[in-house]
Amino acid sequence: MTHALTRRQAILGAATSGSLLFAGGNAGAQQKPAELKVGICTFLSGSASVFGVPAKQAAEMLFEEINKAGGIGGVPVRPYFVDEAPGTDHLVGEYRRLVQNEGVHIIFAAISSGSCLACTPLSDEMKKTTLLWDCGTQRIFEEGNHPYAFRTQGYGAPEVLAPLLYLLKHKPDFRSLAVINQDYAWGRDSWEMWKAGMDALKPGVRVVAELFPRLGATDYSTEVTRLLASRPDVILSTSWGGDLVTFVRQASERRLFERSTFVLPVAEASLQMLGRTMAAGHVIGARGDHWNNHPRPKDPARLAKFVADYRARFNEYPIYPCHHMAQAISAMQAGFAKAIAAKGGGWPNDEELANAFRGLTFDTPTSSITLREDGQGLEDQIVGLSTFTDRFPFAVPKDMVIFPAAMVSTPVGQKSVEWMKTLKPDILAQMPAAIAG
Amino acid sequence: MTAWFTDNGLLLGLALLDGLAYAALVFMVAVGLNLVFGVLRIVNVAHGSLFAIGAYTAASIGLFLAAHGLPPVASYGALLLAAVLVGAVLGPPIERLVLRRVYGHEDALQLLVTFALFMILEDVQKLVWGVQPVANDAPMKYLGTVDVPFGEDVIPFTAYQLFVLPGLAVLTLAGLAWFLRRTLTGRVIVAVTTDKEAAMAMGIDATRVTLLTFTFGAALAAFGGALASPTTSLVPGVGAQTIVLSFAVVATAGLGQIEGAAVSALLIGLGRSVAVYFAPEFEVVVPYIIMVAVLLVRPQGLFGVPETRRV
Repeated sequence: MTHALTRRQAILGAATSGSLLFAGGNAGAQQKPAELKVGICTFLSGSASVFGVPAKQAAEMLFEEINKAGGIGGVPVRPYFVDEAPGTDHLVGEYRRLVQNEGVHIIFAAISSGSCLACTPLSDEMKKTTLLWDCGTQRIFEEGNHPYAFRTQGYGAPEVLAPLLYLLKHKPDFRSLAVINQDYAWGRDSWEMWKAGMDALKPGVRVVAELFPRLGATDYSTEVTRLLASRPDVILSTSWGGDLVTFVRQASERRLFERSTFVLPVAEASLQMLGRTMAAGHVIGARGDHWNNHPRPKDPARLAKFVADYRARFNEYPIYPCHHMAQAISAMQAGFAKAIAAKGGGWPNDEELANAFRGLTFDTPTSSITLREDGQGLEDQIVGLSTFTDRFPFAVPKDMVIFPAAMVSTPVGQKSVEWMKTLKPDILAQMPAAIAG
Repeated sequence: MTAWFTDNGLLLGLALLDGLAYAALVFMVAVGLNLVFGVLRIVNVAHGSLFAIGAYTAASIGLFLAAHGLPPVASYGALLLAAVLVGAVLGPPIERLVLRRVYGHEDALQLLVTFALFMILEDVQKLVWGVQPVANDAPMKYLGTVDVPFGEDVIPFTAYQLFVLPGLAVLTLAGLAWFLRRTLTGRVIVAVTTDKEAAMAMGIDATRVTLLTFTFGAALAAFGGALASPTTSLVPGVGAQTIVLSFAVVATAGLGQIEGAAVSALLIGLGRSVAVYFAPEFEVVVPYIIMVAVLLVRPQGLFGVPETRRV
């Protein structure tokens, strides 16, 4: 026998359930959700999708693994991907939609520094834990306090300082330098930090060319001619993606690598595409310590499995954005585990979750990362010289130096550029010895 | 002033060589855009996608030929084949199924339609070629480098950059001028460009002319992409970057002007190169400074003719 629900009954029922929910909220009890929703901001289109799509692939692969293993705290995870490419105004709207309409429990944002600068104030306003999973701008934690934002990898200052220190050790007698960076925030900021550090550690280096071609440029032949004519001892480029691939190809064809030593702090993501075109003997970095040929990984089996699984599924080696995504996912697992444990097995609310991330240490395949009190992750940096081995069909580093994160990261409360200006040459003595690799 | 030229004359010479090669690449794309506008009166944003697909296709065919043991010289055939393929396969359906429906409509609608087409083709590129850089530099490597004297030093240039690109641009310009002025089909296209209604009244099949012109314009865009492919790496977004610069060239030249496109490509190419050498901060904006300067003096462009508006 069935009864039709009358309008009066429906209103009464809704009011009663609403009251119960309200009462529950007041008591602080948090219902374990049916699924853990993760908003992920990444580039799905445009030139930066060379980073964004591999990272999305890594996320999908790792989320499947987590769900096969029973989820996080017994809850299956589900990603909600949004595209950063349309710009920050669009992304701000997407962030709000993810929180208010989709009800995500945590957000990963983003690749672009501009995106991160736009999203962190939103994390404060909406009290939603936000993991900055790839962007590098130092401004985020140096210019503001964001209790709900945490960066699960290194950032611009150590990513620039480590290659600078390596260069000073490897080629201490260089007297002139040229820079060719992409014309946007990272290209300009990284040069400002490098220049500040270089002037402090090796005053008197002559800068013979400062070139800032537009982001996404397809032709560097004029810049290559200019660099050939200038004959600098060192050429610095923090460019990435297709821009770096094009520049290196054109420079290599015209023998620029034979005339100058290159320093390429973001080279790792382009080396597969360059294959044998990349010359040997130049300084290369990876925005962290996550080289696929890391000489002393903390968990060799985990690193080997991640690389093998990714290769098997996508027919290419994982590049650094894949590792950064894996780091953010490891941090999420560790953060939820800590928050759930702190609550005696209960599901954490937004504030409890954010509190769990402060000071959190989580393992990556290559090392451990600690999120310090300002939210910044301390990740080691590995820099080496490009070489070729039988193991990989592209250049990898040799003579690797593992720079401890604390050595190359700006202390809490200081501004990176100002800190770089205070560096003293004795920092070189603290550099660990190179590992053959 | 004389002292400046004495000090920097050699650098200016290098800038001239670089500017010529860059201008050649820009011209190859802009000329197709200009031709299409001249006949169809549509500013085709999807022209950038045709450039990108031409480049990807040329690289893929070149890599395929290399994988099957063919010598690097065969990849030159791939450049031409890519242009023909893209023009023939994409040109007619785009014109017939999409553009034909918006002829004579407001400019905003035409822009939106071609922009939508651009977005769709961008996704098609990602579906087919993925997001990682694709490159085939075999045609460039095949010809090697040429050492250009620079004081007591030498500067290596690729022969492809120094000879092939400018040479093909000149050939394209001469061929187009001959085709449009000396052949019946070319004259028919010019007639439709000049006055479509009068041409139709004379018995010219304007529908066929628009189809032919668009297909040819698409092939030119693809050829531009194919020629650029040995020197660059192809990633999503490469079409967008190209179309913006092409618009600057076309606006500077005057819409519908073929020789004008060559002159303004040269102006912009040389201007950019000189900026890289002597004022690198202005490299990105130089093409647009030249465009604005020209349009302030001649709103119809360098070679454009003021039009009378019918009321």
